[in-house]
Amino acid sequence: MNLFHFFLQNRGEILELTLEHLWLVGISTLLAVLVGVPLGILSAHRQVWNKPVLGTANVIQTIPSLALFGFLLPVPWLGDRADRLAILALTLYALLPVIRNTFTGIRGVDPAVVEAGRGMGLTGRQLLLQVELPLAMSVILSGIRVAVVVSVGLATIAAAIGAGGLGEFIFRGLAMVNNQLILAGAIPAAVLALSADFGLGWLERRLRPR
Amino acid sequence: MESSFANGPVIEFRDVAYALPSGQQLLSGLNLQVQRGETLVLLGRSGSGKTTTLKLVNRLLTPSSGEVRVNGAPTAESDVIRLRRSVGYVIQDVGLFPHFTVEKNIGLVPRIEGWTAERIHRRVEVLLQMVGLEAQMALRYPHQLSGGQRQRVGVARALAADPSILLMDEPFGALDALTRDQLQREFLSLQQRLNKTVVFVTHDLREALRLGSRIALMEAGRLVMVLSPEDFLRSSDPLATAYVRAFADGLDSVANRGLP
Repeated sequence: MNLFHFFLQNRGEILELTLEHLWLVGISTLLAVLVGVPLGILSAHRQVWNKPVLGTANVIQTIPSLALFGFLLPVPWLGDRADRLAILALTLYALLPVIRNTFTGIRGVDPAVVEAGRGMGLTGRQLLLQVELPLAMSVILSGIRVAVVVSVGLATIAAAIGAGGLGEFIFRGLAMVNNQLILAGAIPAAVLALSADFGLGWLERRLRPR
Repeated sequence: MESSFANGPVIEFRDVAYALPSGQQLLSGLNLQVQRGETLVLLGRSGSGKTTTLKLVNRLLTPSSGEVRVNGAPTAESDVIRLRRSVGYVIQDVGLFPHFTVEKNIGLVPRIEGWTAERIHRRVEVLLQMVGLEAQMALRYPHQLSGGQRQRVGVARALAADPSILLMDEPFGALDALTRDQLQREFLSLQQRLNKTVVFVTHDLREALRLGSRIALMEAGRLVMVLSPEDFLRSSDPLATAYVRAFADGLDSVANRGLP
């Protein structure tokens, strides 16, 4: 049976696991953006927050992913369901690129533009929403892009703790020494990563200030 | 329009000092009054405290001691956002918002002040004409403009909400000599019509003499003296004469080289 037939025959399960995979990546990226962008803004605006925030995110990044899943397993509520745990772990990994790029993007806004805005009487909020964030948007997006691409890969490991996703195929294929099964997980994951990379990259270029 | 403070100074510094958090003193013992409708030039070299002085007016900086009053009210007690919107601010780097068109740049303060789109549009048209730009410039982005055009937009933006006070920090400093000359001339004719109270920072004596109704000479964080341009040229103060001599030397050296 060639690979094409295998895919055709198992298209139902492949689709299901791909959607599960997308869900894990989508929710964790969303959470990372909701937490990471404000933290990035905070550390760009307030010098004292800069080191602790970026430092913590950096440390999290250095924890091996399997170990992180293991650490989180005994935590009550969280350990009850594998997908909760996987989403939290993926969120934690996605934080660093989001925070760092938000920080870099906001700090990179031309000081003359910020000063002119302040001098014209923009409130801090107006300055942030109308000037700083729009001008930092392409840099922030490139951080989100990195986060998504990394998450798509990392999420395959989530299958090790039973959180589902395309990793199911990969682990099953490894156990059964079945290359077609491994590819049934790896190829859709690669396609997801590449299309996210391409789509977000396109958006990033569109939003890049001239 | 501005009847209640008609007779007092528009801007007043009372024994103002400013120090950085590190303790470094940038400005001390400043007493200065700016009268309605005059162009007061702050002249000095870099580090003399002229930009610091300017930023104390719209409270981009707050004095570490003393008091700054604008239209009779201490700036420390006024609403800083209201204060800044009532004072036009132009800087050397212009600081146009690169993601906004010229029209949106000029119309930003009117927009956040809640003007109607129609009124903003008309105001932008008037302002563009005032600063000598064609109407179709409204839809351009800052990166599509020359340095001189950009600074004209910067001036138009500062004038958008019709402030009575204009703060200008070396606005023409980054321009080539010919463009600068032209903008200086236009500034003079604009100022004759609008009669704003202007505080103008420069290190260029020629610009100070040309634009200022009075020149405040600053050095090392202190105000040395305030003179009319005529008196400045006649002054026997060593610092003033040093400026005049440096300026004259420039002309002499050209003459000595046999050029006209």
